[in-house]
Amino acid sequence: MNSQAPLLELKGVRKNFFGNQVLTDINLTLNEGEVLGLVGENGAGKSTLMKILFGMTEIRDTGGYGGDVLINGEKVNFNSPFDALAAGIGMVHQEFSLIPGFTATENILLNREPQKKSVMSEVFGERLNMLDQKELVRRSDDAIEKMGVHIEGSMVISDMPVGHKQFTEIARELSKEQLRLLILDEPTAVLTEQEAEALLESIRGMSSRGIAVIFITHRLQEILNVCDKVAVMRDGVLVKDVAAAQTTITELTRWMVGRSVSGETGTRREPPETQPIMHIEKLWVDMPGETVRNVTLDVRKGEILGIGGLAGQGKLGIPNGVMGLYPAGGKVTFDGQEIPLNMPRKCLDANLAFVSEDRRGVGLLLDESLEWNIAFPAMQIHGKFLKDLLGGCIKWRDEKAIRDITSKYIDELQIRCTSSRQKAKELSGGNQQKVCLAKAFALEPKFLFVSEPTRGIDVGAKALVLEALKKFNSESGITIVMISSELEELRQICDRIAIVSGGRIAGILPASRPSEEFGALMVSSVI
Amino acid sequence: MSEYVTDSNRTFMDRVRETLRNFGLPRLIIAAFLLLMFIIAPFTGVNLWTQITNVINRFSWNVVLVLAMVPMVHSGCGLNFGLPVGIIAGLLGATLSIEWGFSGPASFVMAILIATPFALLFGVAYGWLLNKIKGGEMMIATYVGFSVVSFFCMMWLVLPYKRPDMAWGFEGTGLRTTFPIDKYYGGVLSNLLRIQIGRLVIPTGTLLFFALLAIAIWAFLHTKTGTAMTAVGSNPTFARAAGINVDRIRMLSVIMSTWLAAVGILVYEQGFGFVQLYNAPFNMALPAVSAILIGGATASKASITNVIIGTILFQGMVTMTPTVMNGLINLDISEVLRVVVSNGMILYALTRKSEVTR
Repeated sequence: MNSQAPLLELKGVRKNFFGNQVLTDINLTLNEGEVLGLVGENGAGKSTLMKILFGMTEIRDTGGYGGDVLINGEKVNFNSPFDALAAGIGMVHQEFSLIPGFTATENILLNREPQKKSVMSEVFGERLNMLDQKELVRRSDDAIEKMGVHIEGSMVISDMPVGHKQFTEIARELSKEQLRLLILDEPTAVLTEQEAEALLESIRGMSSRGIAVIFITHRLQEILNVCDKVAVMRDGVLVKDVAAAQTTITELTRWMVGRSVSGETGTRREPPETQPIMHIEKLWVDMPGETVRNVTLDVRKGEILGIGGLAGQGKLGIPNGVMGLYPAGGKVTFDGQEIPLNMPRKCLDANLAFVSEDRRGVGLLLDESLEWNIAFPAMQIHGKFLKDLLGGCIKWRDEKAIRDITSKYIDELQIRCTSSRQKAKELSGGNQQKVCLAKAFALEPKFLFVSEPTRGIDVGAKALVLEALKKFNSESGITIVMISSELEELRQICDRIAIVSGGRIAGILPASRPSEEFGALMVSSVI
Repeated sequence: MSEYVTDSNRTFMDRVRETLRNFGLPRLIIAAFLLLMFIIAPFTGVNLWTQITNVINRFSWNVVLVLAMVPMVHSGCGLNFGLPVGIIAGLLGATLSIEWGFSGPASFVMAILIATPFALLFGVAYGWLLNKIKGGEMMIATYVGFSVVSFFCMMWLVLPYKRPDMAWGFEGTGLRTTFPIDKYYGGVLSNLLRIQIGRLVIPTGTLLFFALLAIAIWAFLHTKTGTAMTAVGSNPTFARAAGINVDRIRMLSVIMSTWLAAVGILVYEQGFGFVQLYNAPFNMALPAVSAILIGGATASKASITNVIIGTILFQGMVTMTPTVMNGLINLDISEVLRVVVSNGMILYALTRKSEVTR
């Protein structure tokens, strides 16, 4: 074995999901004891790269990857996370995988418990070995010691503050003797400032013991504090790989979000200086994973306002809260009238509409026809597509009117389907999204929230969806608030863009401003 | 499905296969079995027309109870295993109508009228409960049915019924387990406009009465509220985002199901000629559930056609099999067969539930 070879080397790693290129030609080396910071916007390919490294089965199930992964100069091909573990790679995921009712010690050594023989196991085989409690405690204390942050081994996970759970996960990885490379996926996201500081200290400690660390985070300052080098990913490409000492936060942000800075597309109009139509004051929304803490925001009449930000910072919580789908508080006025929160019906009655980011969960009646999907909200809220029978006592569904409106939108939005009676679940993602838009358009709203309208749909459909929104805004004068994780997309069609960070509005800028400025806002108060 | 088959290049076999798949294997087997029974019936010395009359009769007694499944399935509350709740309301209507001295057709109308407030009341309570335990409706409904039946086993004894036709002979209080209702509303519907051709008898009145209810339900499902009900069943989150009060719609569906069950048991009794109390309602829910499932409904989708086809197949099977089997081998396996088929059908349908969505 060549001792000079780096611990980890990636050569031309690439990956596509069903023809959608998510990683292109990634080259990267990592030496023993080195700490690599990996940064990039959501969807830049960080997680996919780590999944390849960790041998997650979903990579193999979707056709494997291209290029080579070398460990100590030898080519490896992990078929499952177990292979990766055996090769000395450990990973701490964003979501905890701990057993709540067990103690930290038990979790740290789960399924790797030291055992001792007993009478029973002599007779019935080693499945009946006893756990060696003393050794168990010693090994877990060792791991905690190695980590450098003290947590109570005998404490039950469910009683722990969230930061300690994170540390338990790290200690579990450290307790594996063969560990040589530890991947931390946004470990500080749930930590308080002090805990995060302790974690950084512990990363330094691991590095001095010769363990290499890949550290993924949105908090750029942490990267600069602890990492030896930084890799920046954007759109599946490793755009920059530099020593941390030689860069700054501003530079990193530019690399992260900045496509070619000259990418000013199309004819962007000036933000209209109209009166605000919606005023949001001190809004909080309790949406799991997208908590909104304190948002105050004015939406001007007739504009397209973009809301951007990193995942989990609360941008999705804003429309879901205003539309009453998640518990919310604060004050929202629309067109001079206050809109009560937590009552979806009131928002809809005020002529607001919402295209949810959760197409399959909230947006569609998967088992029903396109006709039903498109006409249903307008029928229920505004009483459209109904015939009055017996002097209005009976509101009868007007199938013909429903078919007409559906055909109209199928033509207008180029929804690809066999007929207007096809079931929504049989359509592709892009066409389902168009159905969701048609549903909102059929309401003829004054104000439209569109949440992640292009998530998971192909390029062609994406352009069509954005075009439809633009047209809807310019022709009918509808105010649109569009929430998206893709900054470039927002910059393409919005007049102004508000960036959400840490559940608050970090700033609102005209869309024509360079993307670095938005990037800086995105990470300004990340929690 | 990766390949897309257009209409033009589909062969005849493809179409046959697709039709068969849509029809469902269990239904196919049962239909074939039933057909077989009809074919061999004449050879075993059983009169075919008598048998057909039997099937039609059984169909007409039971079909309203099966129809009672429809509203709850539409609103996503699943199959109404709590059918006994409505049945009890119907029995209260029946016994009170008789106790208060109505007779003939009037007693039937009064039984429905008296049962209605009970059905509403029970429906509200039952619906409230089902709204509390979304996701586990069918299991809870089963237990609700059991509890209500058991509770009323006591009530039938305790309530101060006095009419000698219904009460225990020795004491003059407490209701008998079974009593005939020829003096009251026995046969009021089935004898109405009855058609008799030789041995074939058609209970026109009962069939018309069912048609009336079925059309009412069909029409309801075409109204604004009915559309909302289907949407709530299809995707409650979607419905909520469209401003629908999901709990209220579900409550409405439970009330409708309960009321239909109450009417259904009265229709059953008028055909059967007896009122059965105490443990009898226990045995009503499962046949109704399996009938609608045989008809092609799932736990989340059901239509009037499912009700009609399912009731014909299920009742046809349980009436035909014993007589034909008796004629053939002198062995009565009807009860065993009924239990196997009805429970097997329920199991089959519930395992298929997950395939329907997501």
